Amino acid sequence: MSPFLFWVFALLTLIFGAAVVINRNPVASALSLVMSFLGLAALFMSLNAYFVGIIQVLVYAGAVMVLFLFIIMLLDLRAEEGRQINWLASAGGVAVALILFGQVFSVINHFAIARKRFPPLPGTTIDDVRNIGAALFGNYNLPFQIVGVLVLVATIGVVLLSKREPR
Amino acid sequence: MITLADYLIVSGILFAIGFAGVMLRRNVIIILMSLELMLNAANLSLVAFSRFRVGPTGLPDYNAQVFVFFIITVAAAEVAVGLAILVALYRARQTTDVNDISSLKF
Repeated sequence: MSPFLFWVFALLTLIFGAAVVINRNPVASALSLVMSFLGLAALFMSLNAYFVGIIQVLVYAGAVMVLFLFIIMLLDLRAEEGRQINWLASAGGVAVALILFGQVFSVINHFAIARKRFPPLPGTTIDDVRNIGAALFGNYNLPFQIVGVLVLVATIGVVLLSKREPR
Repeated sequence: MITLADYLIVSGILFAIGFAGVMLRRNVIIILMSLELMLNAANLSLVAFSRFRVGPTGLPDYNAQVFVFFIITVAAAEVAVGLAILVALYRARQTTDVNDISSLKF
């Protein structure tokens, strides 16, 4: 992928990611999150991970965001109006996030291997799905089944939580 | 030329943005969205490492991509449960602001 496209999609991801936090209106935040996820899917595809990129679009930009928008609509949330901001707590939160990023940045800077370019990819990655499926059903069969149980538990939990208690 | 470090820095910035969202925002829905941002930052660095470590077959390291697959599944389950808890909470308290939910505060 050309460096120009990388920076376009990286900026798209980061700017809309920041918009999620900055927007006062939950609907605007949710739509910014969709744009951020689409940029991230493009970054995945730039790394030759086509299957993960498509799953990102389908699961996150599709299913999860519809769930978020549905709950926002259901609860009829408005933009937070005029609640005074606790500036001390906000400054503390930003400072902790900046310190965290500084730490990550210094670790990456001292990581000399990361300066190398990506090695060429002689094998084709078009049959991504087959390779991931082989790993998933072969080597990672037990974790895969455990994840299946986890999803079942989540489904039952959601049904129980959202059921109205009879009075 | 784009190196692994560029992807890792983008991932680090995205994680810091999500972390700032969890620290700054008081609306539970926005906090859940920021959690998603943090999980996706981890996914980005995993996929970058997967592409960086090309095996002897000339294919990327698929172990990392399987891990990303698991993270996406668990994140989807987590969002479903989190939003169900939020709906139950809203039914009981008519608020989504974490400042108003302080019954467990000492």
